[in-house]
Amino acid sequence: MRAAVVVFPGSNCDRDLAVAFENAGAQVEMVWHKDTELPGGIDIVGIPGGFSYGDYLRCGAIAAQSPIVKSVKAHAERGGYVMGICNGFQVLTETGLLPGALLRNAGLKYICKTVGLKVETSNSDFTIGYNAGDIINIPIAHHDGNYFADPDTIARLQGEDRVAFTYTDNPNGAQADIAGILSENRRVLGMMPHPERAADAGHGGTDGVALFRALAGVLTAA
Amino acid sequence: MKARVHVMLKNGVLDPQGEAVHHALDAMGFEGVNGVRQGKVIELDLDEGTTEADVNAMCEKLLANTVIESYTVELS
Repeated sequence: MRAAVVVFPGSNCDRDLAVAFENAGAQVEMVWHKDTELPGGIDIVGIPGGFSYGDYLRCGAIAAQSPIVKSVKAHAERGGYVMGICNGFQVLTETGLLPGALLRNAGLKYICKTVGLKVETSNSDFTIGYNAGDIINIPIAHHDGNYFADPDTIARLQGEDRVAFTYTDNPNGAQADIAGILSENRRVLGMMPHPERAADAGHGGTDGVALFRALAGVLTAA
Repeated sequence: MKARVHVMLKNGVLDPQGEAVHHALDAMGFEGVNGVRQGKVIELDLDEGTTEADVNAMCEKLLANTVIESYTVELS
């Protein structure tokens, strides 16, 4: 598996994400936001957490217009895999690769804690390492993680089995408790919680490992 | 020429910041405040001849997220 991790000014989970990919057996290349092309032969692009461009205007809005993201969009449109975590999820909604938007947390506070997630579907290459219905513990760390979409979009996501994870105890007001969603072709995942921060015994939890291992299993075989 | 763009959360989208400001106004004793919505104003300094359509395109592509926000443009 060859992974690229995009680095924006203000990204701060880029190295954690790279290590999680590497520990799953991936060869990882870091890609700068001003680059215009992804390196050749990339299987998956990781868009990391952080505060790209200082969260100016709206979280992820300026990153979504950066040169490298045009190339990430083209990669996704060719059927390539993309995974956006936290600020990365915000970037993916701003590009339109995933529907909806992330609003300010309903309680207005930045929340940093480990939360329970229910795996809603194992029908994706990100989540086949889990069973649907599994409860896993993954940290969140965000101020704008309140998932919003119009009722038709929410119903479509649910009807098409595209809700990947929900919160067991909704921390931020997200509609339908949504913590992570998949694209129509199930190859783009956006999620607010940080699986790369639950990927080593030293993190205090390893429930995120199954996600990276599952991806490596699929993308190495391919 | 200048353009002033007002960006607001759409009706029906919860505005927790507006709600918090509303609570604060109530707590301070201001009466008769039925609702507060908080948005933002963006001022653009533009070349003469820039059209409203150009500014609308800027709003659609970057300045507003039309999934959750609406915008209005004033040219002067």
